[in-house]
Amino acid sequence: MALKRTLDVALGTTTLDEQGRPRTVPLGIQGSGATALEDAPELGGEHMLLNIGPQHPATHGVLRLVVELDGEAVVRVVPHVGYLHSGFEKLGEYRHYNQIIPLTDRMDYLAPMANNVCLAMAVEKLMGLEITERCKVLRVIACEISRIISHLVWLGTTGIDIGAFTPFLWMFQEREKFYNLQEAWTGARLTTSMTRIGGLMADIPDGFEDDLRTILRSLLKVMAEVDRALTRNGIWAGRMQGIGALTGEEAINMSLSGAMLRASGVDYDVRKDRPYLDYETYDFEVPIGEHGDVYDRYLVRFEETLQAIRIFEQALDRLPDGPINVDDHRAILPPKHAAMTSMESMIHHFKQVMEGVQVPAGEAYFSIESPKGELGYYFVSDGTAKPVRWRVRPPTFINLSALPKMSEGHLLSDLIAINASVDIVMGEVDR
Amino acid sequence: MGVITKPEPSAGRVVSQVSPNWLTTRLDFLVNWARSNSMWPMPFGTACCAIEFMATAASRYDISRFGMERMSFSPRQADVLLCAGRLPFKLAPVIRRIYDQMPQPKWVISMGACASSGGIFDNYSMVQGIDTVVPVDVYVPGCPPRPEGLLYGILLLQKKIRGETLADPAIRIEQTLDERGLRLAPDRIDELSEPFGNSIHQTRSA
Amino acid sequence: MNPSAETLQRQFGSAIRRVTESCDRTIVYVDGDRIREILAWLKDDPGEAYNYLVDITAVEYREAGLPIEVVYELFSLGRKVPLRVKVTLPKDQPLEVDSVVPLWAGADWLEREVYDMFGITFRGHPDLRRILMWETYAEGFPLRKDFPLRGRFSRSEQVRQALNAHPEAHYSLGELGIAESYHELPEDMRERLRRGERGQIAAPKGER
Repeated sequence: MALKRTLDVALGTTTLDEQGRPRTVPLGIQGSGATALEDAPELGGEHMLLNIGPQHPATHGVLRLVVELDGEAVVRVVPHVGYLHSGFEKLGEYRHYNQIIPLTDRMDYLAPMANNVCLAMAVEKLMGLEITERCKVLRVIACEISRIISHLVWLGTTGIDIGAFTPFLWMFQEREKFYNLQEAWTGARLTTSMTRIGGLMADIPDGFEDDLRTILRSLLKVMAEVDRALTRNGIWAGRMQGIGALTGEEAINMSLSGAMLRASGVDYDVRKDRPYLDYETYDFEVPIGEHGDVYDRYLVRFEETLQAIRIFEQALDRLPDGPINVDDHRAILPPKHAAMTSMESMIHHFKQVMEGVQVPAGEAYFSIESPKGELGYYFVSDGTAKPVRWRVRPPTFINLSALPKMSEGHLLSDLIAINASVDIVMGEVDR
Repeated sequence: MGVITKPEPSAGRVVSQVSPNWLTTRLDFLVNWARSNSMWPMPFGTACCAIEFMATAASRYDISRFGMERMSFSPRQADVLLCAGRLPFKLAPVIRRIYDQMPQPKWVISMGACASSGGIFDNYSMVQGIDTVVPVDVYVPGCPPRPEGLLYGILLLQKKIRGETLADPAIRIEQTLDERGLRLAPDRIDELSEPFGNSIHQTRSA
Repeated sequence: MNPSAETLQRQFGSAIRRVTESCDRTIVYVDGDRIREILAWLKDDPGEAYNYLVDITAVEYREAGLPIEVVYELFSLGRKVPLRVKVTLPKDQPLEVDSVVPLWAGADWLEREVYDMFGITFRGHPDLRRILMWETYAEGFPLRKDFPLRGRFSRSEQVRQALNAHPEAHYSLGELGIAESYHELPEDMRERLRRGERGQIAAPKGER
């Protein structure tokens, strides 16, 4: 769906013309149109080097930006990453496939269940396992919960960066409700580890569906309030429109994904183009922006949250009964009573626990539409229980590499807004 | 960095010019009450624990009840360095520099398993516990710790502060790095970083 | 089997070494010397139109004799078709391959990461520096199979090297164009830039 702006703020600064009447001089970006900076007298041309981070409240984690400034205008910005490099990919080579699941929580820790789902599905693709219907719908619910909570954090922290503090508290209050759900389902608020190869760690508890429906109703109200407060707010729009624009061609060339790509007008969503978990049977729309600036990214993510609510309604309506785990002893532990009574099940249990899930030799790349973009896991297996290579295709790492291009010519405070719009999570950038 | 004296091994004895009396204990009480109830945290949030810290600071688990509302992102104005999240080696000089920039009195809370001991990341890039880099007062376990856990850690730190006394200068001496550039002796660091638990067995790749 | 494999074989002949399939995905092994040409053709040819570079990574197998593979994951946004292209680099020769940054700007950081983790040099890359580890990282290339999980140095040595690294030593004159403000920089930073930013970690005073 194409998003239409309902408010367009002409950025400008007020000067006095010859008759002494106030006149707005429009501010252009990247050389188009007159800039107020050009009208200003030449004050001396030395550039200043400013180091933002790695410890800084506005960098959303340990990102270091080295900025070359001409007054307040950014001439060049060089992001330095790696301050949270935790060696995930190396660790993955020393773990069984099920043991990698807790590692995935810690990468994109704002949307942990999406990471878990992606990993389980990548390994299931390698093994050729077909999961049950109930598991598919539950994984869809998990992915959309992750999408919502990630976008809520994004909205809150972007609000803080732009200067609106209250939405942060609203968003975190809503997140607490989702955390209650996650905790009831998986036992942990944040590091969920909810999938297993071939299924899930546990079925949803009683009352989960009703709680979810209640939360969605309150979420709609909160999103409506945020919409009233922010979307047509002059300051919000004024600080975001026209900032950090990228054309669709540039976005494709830089391998961007997620809201960054869609805000620039490119219609690529992994759920629609490379469907998984029966997403093609769900009725939802993918918001596409037009100008590719920070405001469009805000509109895209806002609309994605509402569309996620729509998917929830359908998922909850179609949730079938049945087992959550595939009935395949190569992947799933047998139920306890079977392991205790049947010799065969006991042997399967033993082999599973001692040796791990044996995955046939081969390689597979599987990607999902995580809230940050196209999250892909590439596994290379040699037939043993530990992968030869586990590669995480990190959407935020690649989105962040577009930051220098987007910020040239803008002001320093715009750089903070652009950085916020990339929606980075350093755990995933640095892995 | 000025005249640095190594802390005198006071072994618990209070070294004081004035003999402790009712006035000094009342003064200690006043100062410690003020310090513990208005700790300004320096949130050195790196990873997932930072999100739980943000949740603790948000409306439901409000840490402003405990006087920690004013997040100080400048170390010059902070009391407590709250390291929330894992610390890779690349970030180690940064946290050391931030710790050095904080004025006395200062304390450090190590939040989470990764900050306390390296957590699940026993590999080439992770500092195995920030206490190899900065001195730590309170360790909060968990991966991530629940907000209640972090609040308990903060309350524990407040209790520790209330037990301090102005008459012991040793606790306020600036602990700098030695001439090697380390905080502890190398064998002590190796001992602290020894793998334990599952890490010992999970080093075979195939 | 992706029909692009056949068209590639017709177009480039012997430069296409092998075509395999794994988990319903076609993998094309190509000659490393012509990788830029092949990827450019795959990107620009209207029948192929693989305009989206999904990922660049590398794989080293556990058997010591097998070569390292550089993997290019491509996707055609218009036709919604993926393709995986691989280049094999034998370990007894220098690990080098041409950079595809002129084709996709997104390859910039991806190739830097492959260099950082595997030590593969990308010829023609505008700025090939380490990206995840710090630039004077002396232990090696972490994702190689001969690199132990905990690193090569002892923990105390790793801490010492980390604490002695200069947090500011990550500038280069060419990268930032700060030639105009050079005289304003502090003396020690100017000294480091003059020496070349890839300076040495100072040895501990008490030893050696």
